[in-house]
Amino acid sequence: MSGRRALANCLVFPLLASFLFLGAAPPRVHVGSMDSVGPREVEQQTRVAIVRDYLQAWQCMNSALEHNQADSLDACFVGQAKDTLARTIHQQQSLGIQTSYRDHSHDVKVVFYSPEGLSIQLLDDAEYDVDVQQHGRSLGTQHVYSQYVVVLTPTESKWKVRVFQGGNG
Amino acid sequence: MSLAALGAGAPVTSVNFPAKVETGHSFSVPTSGSGPATLYIIGPGGTFARKLQLGETLPFGSDDLHSAGHYIAILDTGGGFLPTQFDVKASAQPAKLSFLAKPSRLPVSLSDGISGVAYVFDVFGNLVSQPQQVLFELSDATGRTQSRAVVSQNGVAWSKMNSATKAGPAHFQASIANVREQRVIQQVPGDPCSIRVKAQPSSGQRISVETDPVRDCNGNPVPDGTIVTFTEEFGGTQTTIDVPLKRGVAKTELPAAKSAVISVATGVVMGNEIHWGGGE
Repeated sequence: MSGRRALANCLVFPLLASFLFLGAAPPRVHVGSMDSVGPREVEQQTRVAIVRDYLQAWQCMNSALEHNQADSLDACFVGQAKDTLARTIHQQQSLGIQTSYRDHSHDVKVVFYSPEGLSIQLLDDAEYDVDVQQHGRSLGTQHVYSQYVVVLTPTESKWKVRVFQGGNG
Repeated sequence: MSLAALGAGAPVTSVNFPAKVETGHSFSVPTSGSGPATLYIIGPGGTFARKLQLGETLPFGSDDLHSAGHYIAILDTGGGFLPTQFDVKASAQPAKLSFLAKPSRLPVSLSDGISGVAYVFDVFGNLVSQPQQVLFELSDATGRTQSRAVVSQNGVAWSKMNSATKAGPAHFQASIANVREQRVIQQVPGDPCSIRVKAQPSSGQRISVETDPVRDCNGNPVPDGTIVTFTEEFGGTQTTIDVPLKRGVAKTELPAAKSAVISVATGVVMGNEIHWGGGE
């Protein structure tokens, strides 16, 4: 079994379980080779963990923005990314808006792993739907393609998203 | 980006968003049609609503959209929705560096021992994706400076530096024009390079032994607290005493025994031997 397929299986099974639990189809995920990312070599465990934790961050974001619950961000986001999303939730609440982010596909390319191992950066060409509701009334669903630039940092138990910025490229 | 809706007999309704706008820059969005409407702007970076009269141009100030990202705009005319999408880019003007320097303490003369990573942000805290020249400078205690210019990619630049030969604090700085961040790196002496002991009679049947100041291979004094081991052998017995360096030297007393051999060591470095009563 190739390294990539092994990586994909490691990623897919736990994610699949969580998506089945939520009743949603899992997104298609393609992860580019991490063999020459640099300057630090990406260890095998880290390769699996960062993709798993990044994809989980989309679920955290969706849950937080769909229910306007900033607490849902804690498990996946820190710093600037968490602050920005929490502010957005506050703005949504004041307008009576709820948004659902259903990610359909991710094309992930890790582009930087810092020498001391304290930050990792990836680019993600994401495809997703945004469904907008206001006071129970649908304002429509938009299909979106956007590149995200993402920085993750390690915490005690997992990688969390510190920078989450769409509209890149 | 422009989208328009046609209703039978009704004026054309349209909203003309630019495909990309930059944070910190004002812009305007022309609309056409008639009657009141609400424009919703929605994205992970923020959610806003604006009341407007169709046909007017909607101004956005430089502070209105300050989170870079992809946004959906939905014009609610009361009779329908007119959606569009646009990107907000980070300003190309860096305003802040997030600078991580590691380690905070390391031995002297270590090649590529210090790493610095700088993330470039605009005034609103967005990652600046456009390439920027980041200057890394490491100034040691002697005033010597190593510098490297690195062009950022996707908002990040990094460099490695050598630690100096002289122990002491070094100032490690990352800068873009007048935006700078500085960290202090403590460069400590390396391992002892050599050690030498001398002995003289003390009171009673004792020998006073004391090392010369212990230094690393660059002449930096080895830190106090470093353990020095004195060993005395005579008549088939061995006495060992561990002494921490104090003010750069280690000293203690040993039993004065004729034909004793006294030696000294620290770490992996062996010093000289003294043959007491029989000459060195």
